[in-house]
Amino acid sequence: MSTQLATSVGRETTRRRSPRLLIVSALGPLTALAGLVWALVQPYRIALLEPHAHGFWTLVVEPPLLVMLVGAFFHFVVAPSVFEDLEADER
Amino acid sequence: MQPPADHVHWMFGTGFLLLGLLLLTEAVVGPEVWRRRRWRAYLWPGVAFAMGVLMWPVMVFFTNSAIHMIAHGAWAQAMMAAGAAQLGLARGKLQSRYWELTMALALFVSGAAFLIHEQNGWLFSRAAFLHHAIGWTAIAGSVFPVGRAFRPRAPIWQGGLAVTLLAFAVLLYCDRNLAPIFGHLSQAAVTASR
Repeated sequence: MSTQLATSVGRETTRRRSPRLLIVSALGPLTALAGLVWALVQPYRIALLEPHAHGFWTLVVEPPLLVMLVGAFFHFVVAPSVFEDLEADER
Repeated sequence: MQPPADHVHWMFGTGFLLLGLLLLTEAVVGPEVWRRRRWRAYLWPGVAFAMGVLMWPVMVFFTNSAIHMIAHGAWAQAMMAAGAAQLGLARGKLQSRYWELTMALALFVSGAAFLIHEQNGWLFSRAAFLHHAIGWTAIAGSVFPVGRAFRPRAPIWQGGLAVTLLAFAVLLYCDRNLAPIFGHLSQAAVTASR
């Protein structure tokens, strides 16, 4: 009976990500993290936590949430196509 | 129903944050990869142009003196010109790389407008401090687009421009209608805000 179960790991999974890919993939999450840290440090900047005490513009324009929104937009809308093109460029 | 002035600054800070991220990505991946998709090539010039257009309502509704109005009008024109030139370069309608200098002009004009229209000293209030800081950041940052025009493949110029715009975002997010700066707040600023 053989107990040696050899498995092969695909080249795709073992290939290390290039520094350029790492930087681009980190930009969105880091930006969103900056907004999250800001919201935790200054929770009073999140008017949504107390919606009845604020006016329209204070509820719409909440800087920590805007920062998180920009990070999410970048990560989910811009970055995926950049990954594809960068991987094609590096192949 | 107008937003307070600091809220407007935060909205523009958000625009500069997005611009900075897009430019930083272009610097990291290189212009060839970045411009491989047409919509991406238009993205940051389009955002810059839109911010220039949106500066016009700011000029109309948020300026209370001639010098403020001229300064905001100058920013609107400079940002629109820079965005339009970049759109022309992305489309291929403009060929000369020296159109990149419109971005340097926009930064220099913006910086000068910030410094000229701020009548108070650095420690008058936080808003005054930020006007000075943003003004000098813009003037210093105008070196980067000049470098981009002459050495378009050097990432330092593109990266420097991106960092300059990210610094704008941070400074604009720091703005408050009335707040001290390093413990200083002029009594004149308090009186004027009432």
